Amino acid sequence: MYIDPHIHMVSRTTDDYQRMALAGCVAITEPAFWAGYDRSTAQGFADYFRLLTDTEPKRAAQFGIAHHTWLCINPKESEDVGLAREVLGLIPGFLDRPNVLGIGEIGLNKNSRNELLVLEEHIALAKRYGVLILVHTPHLEDKLKGTILIMDAMRNQGVDPGRVLIDHVEEHTVRHVLDRGFWAGMTLYPDTKMTPQRAVDVFEVHGTDRLWINSAGDWGVSDPLAVPKCRVEMRRRGHLQDAIQKVSFDNPLQFLSQSGRFRLEP
Amino acid sequence: MMAGTPTHTKRQVIDDSFLENRAKVLDLAAFLDRVDRAAGALDAAGAKEAPDDDFRTDALRRAIALLLDGKPERARRILELWSDHSTEPIPAAPMKGALGTVDLR
Repeated sequence: MYIDPHIHMVSRTTDDYQRMALAGCVAITEPAFWAGYDRSTAQGFADYFRLLTDTEPKRAAQFGIAHHTWLCINPKESEDVGLAREVLGLIPGFLDRPNVLGIGEIGLNKNSRNELLVLEEHIALAKRYGVLILVHTPHLEDKLKGTILIMDAMRNQGVDPGRVLIDHVEEHTVRHVLDRGFWAGMTLYPDTKMTPQRAVDVFEVHGTDRLWINSAGDWGVSDPLAVPKCRVEMRRRGHLQDAIQKVSFDNPLQFLSQSGRFRLEP
Repeated sequence: MMAGTPTHTKRQVIDDSFLENRAKVLDLAAFLDRVDRAAGALDAAGAKEAPDDDFRTDALRRAIALLLDGKPERARRILELWSDHSTEPIPAAPMKGALGTVDLR
């Protein structure tokens, strides 16, 4: 039994739900993200938020998977601050939906001034409503700088790091994130993030406290079964079932349960 | 799991994963050979045709040097090598994606 705490099922087929259920997935969380193109209106986001809070939970439930979500405008669409503020204005109207856990995946993409401004306004919104935060950290060469800027922005607004999950950490950012008291997620993504082998290396070096794994499966090259594959890699390397369960079930359950809305049954 | 507690011996790690990593080294070698064989200039700005002139292959070569220096935490150090170490936000995002490394030349 496992939880995939970051996957974009809007981009996946129903067959993927079936395969995940067969592999032992009982619950997922789906952050709002960039659709591969810039949406031209706030209404496009309102429709997307309806999909995340109404359509996907029903699709997941057909396979016994509990579906949860996080709402935001992704940093890739934050250069247009006017549009971003319109979308921010829509979010409170969806926060009382039963599967909404908080604000996410917010963060930075290219570490620009407008991205940072929109991130700060998302953080303020999350604080105002007392909800959890799921953070996207930038890609590749931008990740280290962006991770530090994001954590500084959280500190500047007095956010409790124990209520923030900073995702897509790698070997050069994981220690920074854990040392500042945040939770950290490792994304098992074939070319641009972590492999299962490297993720298990991180557990061996840094331990398993406040760390989880996810597939971040989406419309790109990605694998919705990445979490069970990492569990197999841990078992192959001789790790005990307790440790496997901790990173793929217990830790996500502990963090997400702070929302008061996370559940294991659809 | 306690940090710093490997479950396997050095012998087991090598037995388990040598072939997989042998293949990755050959993939890297073949990639560099492919770049050497390919025709054309590397960019429109009139760079020389030597593969060293591309900042990404240059960054790969610098990373390979770290693989061979005998020091620990190679993965972390390579990721840091390829990272942007500036500290201020940039004025505006020039594109959506990332290239994999800063220009180290």
